[in-house]
Amino acid sequence: MSLITCQDLTLGYEGEAILEGLSFSVNAGDYLCIVGENGSGKSTLMRTMLGLQKPMRGSIAFGDGLREKELGYLPQQTAVQRDFPATVWEIVLSGCQSRLGRRPFYTRADRALAERSLERMGIAPLRRRCYRELSGGQQQRVLLARALCATQKLLLLDEPVSGLDPRVTAEMYELIERLNRRDGVTVVMISHDVAAAARYATHILHIGGKGTFFGTADAYRESPLGQRFLADADGAKGGAEA
Amino acid sequence: MIATLQQYLSFPFVRYALIVGVLIALCSSLLGVTLVLKRFSFIGDGLSHVAFGAMAIAAVLRLSNSLLFVMPVTVLCAVLLLRAGKRAKLKGDAAIAMLSVGAMAVGYLLLNLFSTSTNVSGDVCSTLFGSTSILTLTRAEVWLCAGLSVAVVALFALFYNRIFAVTFDEDFGRAVGTRVEACNLLIAVVTAVIIVLAMNLVGSLLISALIIFPALSAMRLFRSFLGVTLCSAAVSVACALAGMLVSIVGGTPVGATIVAVNIVAYFLFALVARLK
Repeated sequence: MSLITCQDLTLGYEGEAILEGLSFSVNAGDYLCIVGENGSGKSTLMRTMLGLQKPMRGSIAFGDGLREKELGYLPQQTAVQRDFPATVWEIVLSGCQSRLGRRPFYTRADRALAERSLERMGIAPLRRRCYRELSGGQQQRVLLARALCATQKLLLLDEPVSGLDPRVTAEMYELIERLNRRDGVTVVMISHDVAAAARYATHILHIGGKGTFFGTADAYRESPLGQRFLADADGAKGGAEA
Repeated sequence: MIATLQQYLSFPFVRYALIVGVLIALCSSLLGVTLVLKRFSFIGDGLSHVAFGAMAIAAVLRLSNSLLFVMPVTVLCAVLLLRAGKRAKLKGDAAIAMLSVGAMAVGYLLLNLFSTSTNVSGDVCSTLFGSTSILTLTRAEVWLCAGLSVAVVALFALFYNRIFAVTFDEDFGRAVGTRVEACNLLIAVVTAVIIVLAMNLVGSLLISALIIFPALSAMRLFRSFLGVTLCSAAVSVACALAGMLVSIVGGTPVGATIVAVNIVAYFLFALVARLK
């Protein structure tokens, strides 16, 4: 039984489909990267998996002991958050909100969990700092720590490295890889960096106008679609460096 | 001056006014932080206009206790405004503008056409800007106001963690199963209650100031959500108290004086923040 099984999904807004007939599954321990051009529906797909919007057709099933809300989410940052007066601790602790149930306040166990998440992300010394005064990479670590409070099983990350400089990007990728390989957290990540996706992920889901691919990262590198996109990415990088 | 104050404070109605004023200031500041950060300030502004319209209708109908009519109408509009605000792309902001300005126009029209009072413009002015009405509170009204204030503070404390969660990130909350829509509804309804209460103190046009200024002042200096919330409450209470005392001694309009003190406080906070 897979953690998530998507069957024949059709996604879109206001009656207009942007993605049709999509089927794939995520197994425990997988590291799935969703790649594709801008506007191909990557974020829409993730929002649908999170239950934030309904698919126009098809189904998403959660299995393997995973309940629907038992996942961690790292959204793209909004303008409100960039200028928000809150400490790192307050934000990370809010990741425990699903554990509140009917209680109004967090318990000692919730605080201990938040504490562990801070340490796993290496941001324990920042706990009293204000979120809006942190660097982009530090902010992403805070949001990742919050997501880790909500789940031990499945992380959904929406472009976690966008806007970060190359060194911080590499650190972030290593952090996510460690969560996946060492701690066994299943990762689903949206990325526009095809090369990094093919390097770190175990599985690739490529969506968009020029065809759909779902399979292992190795198979993606061998596939015509993968080779074309990886070559494009190399070309773009070479062009940028020249 | 102190002698004058002591003389005034010996009257029970002045003491009532001070108690009610402080309680209202406390309540209005608590949700201000959330309303400002969620970009919900427009709801506060729209609701205050609706409350004016409802007050006018209550006056025309000669209701003995206008609160019983104004409160449900304003709460209902809070729910409607929240719905409209979410569909901002579908001209939601225009709908809010229509509702709030429409309510004011109809309210003024009704007051002029059917008023029983000989001093319509005086009544309108006091509903808009607040005035002596807070000094004419009965003991029952003070108790009602105190009860509602306690309820607001208790609700805020009980839902503090959830209010923070939906203020910082609604999508994350939804994804992990928090009932975000219910929280937003609670925020809108409590805002409506506060606005109706605060109308007695500062009048409907100046309520937004009471909600927003303390929050903005506190955000200048504090970096944690809890810090901003507590500071905002303290600033609001201090400004309301100072404003009321000044207005008693100096004979200035209560609402406008409180807002003026809030403005001064905001610039003081901004100055301190810059010097830090």
